Amino acid sequence: MIEIRIHGRGGQGSVTAAELLGFAAFNSGKYVQAFPAFGSERMGAPVRAFLRIDEKEIRIHSQIYTPDYVIVQDPTLLATVPVLQGLKPEGVVIINTKKTAEELNLDTKCKVITFDAWEIAERVIGRPIANTILMGAFAAASGQIPFEGIEKAINERFKGEVARKNVMAAKEAYELVKGGKNESKSRSNS
Amino acid sequence: MRKYIEGSMAVAEAVVLCNPNVISAYPITPQTHIVEDLSQMYANAEFKGQFVNVESEFSAASVCLGAVVTGARAYTATTSQGLLLMSEVLFNMAGMRLPLVLTCANRAISAPINIWTDHSDAMALRDSGFIQLYAENNQEAADLHYQAYKISEDDSVRLPVMVNMDGFLLTHSFEPVDMPTQQEVNEFLPPYKPQHYLDVKRPITFGSMVGEDGYMEVRYNLEEAMKNSFAVIEKVTKEFEAKFGRKFGIFIDTYKMEDAETVIVAMGSVVGTIKESIDLMRANGIKVGLMKVRTFRPFPKKAIVDCLKNIKNVIVIDRASSVGAGGILATEIRSAFYGNTTTPKVNSYIVGLGGRDITIKTITDIVGNFANVKVQDSQFVELDHKYMQAGDDYLKTI
Repeated sequence: MIEIRIHGRGGQGSVTAAELLGFAAFNSGKYVQAFPAFGSERMGAPVRAFLRIDEKEIRIHSQIYTPDYVIVQDPTLLATVPVLQGLKPEGVVIINTKKTAEELNLDTKCKVITFDAWEIAERVIGRPIANTILMGAFAAASGQIPFEGIEKAINERFKGEVARKNVMAAKEAYELVKGGKNESKSRSNS
Repeated sequence: MRKYIEGSMAVAEAVVLCNPNVISAYPITPQTHIVEDLSQMYANAEFKGQFVNVESEFSAASVCLGAVVTGARAYTATTSQGLLLMSEVLFNMAGMRLPLVLTCANRAISAPINIWTDHSDAMALRDSGFIQLYAENNQEAADLHYQAYKISEDDSVRLPVMVNMDGFLLTHSFEPVDMPTQQEVNEFLPPYKPQHYLDVKRPITFGSMVGEDGYMEVRYNLEEAMKNSFAVIEKVTKEFEAKFGRKFGIFIDTYKMEDAETVIVAMGSVVGTIKESIDLMRANGIKVGLMKVRTFRPFPKKAIVDCLKNIKNVIVIDRASSVGAGGILATEIRSAFYGNTTTPKVNSYIVGLGGRDITIKTITDIVGNFANVKVQDSQFVELDHKYMQAGDDYLKTI
């Protein structure tokens, strides 16, 4: 089973990202379970969303404490929320930030992938919403979902121009992360 | 067709497939998505009955009562404070022997106000005369609705049914759910043919006053109807299994009981977490199994005693407490063994109130410590002691 935890702020589409990634994995024939961390969410407040992907039926109904992947939608969360908590030693964290993994210098031996998702969002979509872009990054980093699955999931939720732009932005992030230039180099030597 | 769908949406679609004539409900977290989805389907003309907007849960239940006495099939959904506000009407519906399906998106009861899951709400209605069924996952939650109408409307039963699904954990989770076609549901669930309904050509009344000369007899009939429901629940569940090929148990279900020395008893979504815990513990040589209670009312005493009579240790997980008496499921399971020649050691654990996450560790810790404790009153598990004095500590500072 692969467990994913998404950190964001209310309004950034973290729950939607978990749902749509789940939809993409479901379409690839996997068992999935996507759910929010159930709070009294408000715009701007830290939120979490969870996703499990497995080859067999998922029975557990508790929150995710030791994720394989962490996705951070908002760089300001790094200072206030323990986003790396419980991340498996072989896990991967994908962070939307202008900084490189070396600049962030996070206290982790895990692979850290960073890129400026808001720059892509502003340029391609015209709004600073990074959720579909991070979905593309996750697909590339994990190899769990083909990009076509991400595309289908985005088209399921959004229509017309909005869908097209989100797919384009997600594709850019997918290619960027596939290229491997945004990864931390510290994984093997620390 | 297998769909990737939110639990609330699966239930809303299942309800519409059951063709109710009247839906009336008032939104309340975490039931809200069910009502939103139903009203959306009403607006889209996918639900062709009447959707009655109301200003409170009391009115929603009253609309349902009024609808059912005219011979309509009705539906409502609520949770927590909403269920409590409905409760006066709901006791009446059971007493008047009115079929209804109500989804309870299980949530804690105030105070303190808390919107997260536990079973306190449904347990407050346990003596109402409602049949109570508990879902383990979203597939079972959706499937229970087709069965619930058939059980509720059976002429030997005529009792309202509460389908319980854990708030958020199920209502807000996306999982794969097999949804049947309208044709399949129609084949399984025939249209409601009421025997007792208001009709000017055949005047009768519902809910009239009955004095000491007849009240006990009416209540006795209610008790008998609940007993009759055992056979109907069994028949309907087996018909469902045969038609749709999905099994979740009848009154109870079991997991890895064959050589179990210790059995965990639970209801609701924690059942899946317990199954995972059992696999882990068995890998370490601990002989542990699960008995899930699917039907809580009527209380399936015989099925429970048959299942547990040769078991050494029984751990009952209660997601609610009768204040002053402890774990409700545990109390009833202990009571079921009174007079039996063999009785397991039954201990009671209050877990996961107000949405406190129940993890695999919660379960394995309870099992791990079980041998060290004697039979005792209900224990609250994983208490955080710093909160207990928080109010008094604060008062000292002001």
